[in-house]
Amino acid sequence: MDKIFEKPESIRDKETHYCPGCGHGIVHRVICEVVDDLGIREKLIGIAPVGCAVIAYDYWDFDVTEAAHGRVPAVATGIKRSLPDRIVFGYQGDGDLGAIGTAEIIHAANRGENITIIFVNNTVYGMTGGQMAPTTLIKQKTATTPSGREQKTHGFPLKVCELLSVLPGVAYAERVSVHNPQNVLKAKKAIKKAFENQIKGLGFSIVEVLSPCPTYLGLSSKDAVKWVGEELVKEYPLGVFR
Amino acid sequence: MPKIKIDPEKCKGCGLCVLYCQKGCIKQSKLLNKKGAYPVEIIEKDGCTGCSFCAIICPDLCITVYK
Amino acid sequence: MAKKVLMCGNEALAEAAIIAGCRFYAGYPITPQNEIPAYMSKRMLEAGGVFLQSESELAAINMVFGSSLTGARAMTSSSSPGISLKQEGISYLAACELPAVIVNIMRGGPGLGNIAPSQSDYFQAVKGGGHGDYHQIVIAPASVQEMADLTMLSFDLADKYRMPVMILGDGILGQMMEPVEFSLQPSAFSLQPKDWILDGCKGRKPRVIKSLILNETELENFNLKLQKRYREIKDKEQRCEVLYGEDSEIMLVAYGTTSRVARSVVEKLRKIGKKIGIIRPITLWPFPERTFKKLEKSVKSFLVVEMSCGQMIEDVKLAIDCAKPVHFYGRTGGKIPDEDEIIKELDAISGFSDRRSDRG
Repeated sequence: MDKIFEKPESIRDKETHYCPGCGHGIVHRVICEVVDDLGIREKLIGIAPVGCAVIAYDYWDFDVTEAAHGRVPAVATGIKRSLPDRIVFGYQGDGDLGAIGTAEIIHAANRGENITIIFVNNTVYGMTGGQMAPTTLIKQKTATTPSGREQKTHGFPLKVCELLSVLPGVAYAERVSVHNPQNVLKAKKAIKKAFENQIKGLGFSIVEVLSPCPTYLGLSSKDAVKWVGEELVKEYPLGVFR
Repeated sequence: MPKIKIDPEKCKGCGLCVLYCQKGCIKQSKLLNKKGAYPVEIIEKDGCTGCSFCAIICPDLCITVYK
Repeated sequence: MAKKVLMCGNEALAEAAIIAGCRFYAGYPITPQNEIPAYMSKRMLEAGGVFLQSESELAAINMVFGSSLTGARAMTSSSSPGISLKQEGISYLAACELPAVIVNIMRGGPGLGNIAPSQSDYFQAVKGGGHGDYHQIVIAPASVQEMADLTMLSFDLADKYRMPVMILGDGILGQMMEPVEFSLQPSAFSLQPKDWILDGCKGRKPRVIKSLILNETELENFNLKLQKRYREIKDKEQRCEVLYGEDSEIMLVAYGTTSRVARSVVEKLRKIGKKIGIIRPITLWPFPERTFKKLEKSVKSFLVVEMSCGQMIEDVKLAIDCAKPVHFYGRTGGKIPDEDEIIKELDAISGFSDRRSDRG
């Protein structure tokens, strides 16, 4: 009997610190599956963000550094420009990429840096206790929007893929989701393409991954994936934006 | 016959595999594991088609699939 | 002997960085350091390195962070307000034990201030600047030649101790032209392989470069490790220049541009037989405490001259445990102390010159 699904080589056999039903574990694994498929583990440098995924290096079995909050694209730029033949990817959350690091992501994208960014959008700040993120939906309750996000006070949910899609430096921008197995497989395809683009030298690639955060959505794991699949995708439609 | 293996100590009991198993082969256990979660367990080994959906959605790498 | 060329300080610094093996530069425009990125934009490409004009100082320092962790000699430059923005990155460089050279061509502050020369970022440079218990080595050149020579030293110190090094200049040093000779060769340090870099884990175990240490004991131990290194640096790397240390009763203390003014005051007063000298710190951190300790017994008082409202004076007092009077004369807002002002101040302290009556 053959194993047809097992732990990818690039991920360590280690229990994660993530809450039950959190999408980060899925995205971490999918990245590692792609890394194994493409055989790039030994030439790979990953960058962990500030946020729940900060200790991703405890799980990834390849070279990883950790950037200051929001600065992943700048650090990635420094690495890639110094070692152009290595594969460099950044892993960012919605606060990291969409709030504190907006300048860095836009300019790395606009320069067409030949890097790959995996952007996990779960609409809340998890690590700090479920505050409003730039991608929080209107009416969504968070620790800092107790009555729900109001456009008048906090503006609109930030649409990163749409925003970046107008930049000529962007080779590829796709939004995917990990709320069910079918979509996880699609997410893997997209992430693979984002790495292949870098290998081919095509420029900046970003994959936005809609991901459940049951803890700060205040939902069970099952309801959280349902919410992502039914509600979140309405605000953030899946698909290729560039 | 395809089958899956679940690591009950790693499982955090999120139950996403239960939700997406098309053949109803997995259920949440009534017994806590060491970390205090109700892990999932296999109920109907014969129904498994090896579709791997359970393993694909598992955020915690608890499931290995054999065919 | 190498040929002397006429260059401004900022360009001499940039050329020296290239000679030292710097192959990555990222920066954001700000006066009065713009000659550095302009020079680098041309020379770095000739040298086969990377030049990047970043979207902000924050991005620049983090690009340097990225480049440094691959083992490259990396540098950024800015001026006071921009250096404030870089503090986040400098703290992370210190925490991740990454070498980097950061140039601050200081201008008048606080806030936007002005673009005239100043030394008012001394505290920020030597006391930490960013968050956490860390230090950076701070180097203070006083001539265009030193802008070159000390830049090469800065890269070596950064690599040797795996930490950020700041070159603290000002608008005058950056923009004035003087003859400069590029006679120094890159040191052995520039060639040493680095066994801690991230370049893909081929043939070795994966490495992690990070600054998050959640466990209290581990973080305390890490801080103690850094402090041990800082003590070693204090022991080995204090640098300063002393003129007339043997018989001076009064010692001027000044670095960078103000040391040039102070030095001519000393020479002027020596000609009329006054027992005056100067201590010119070259490393501001580590502060050359040993020299002060040595001179403390014979010197009756010190006069610290700065282009600030009095910052280095604190380190002078600490270095001698306030054993002797330490006076201060400073100009701020871009004003430069002139010789007569310093002589007047010396008069006020001790009737030092023969021109006491001039003061009215």
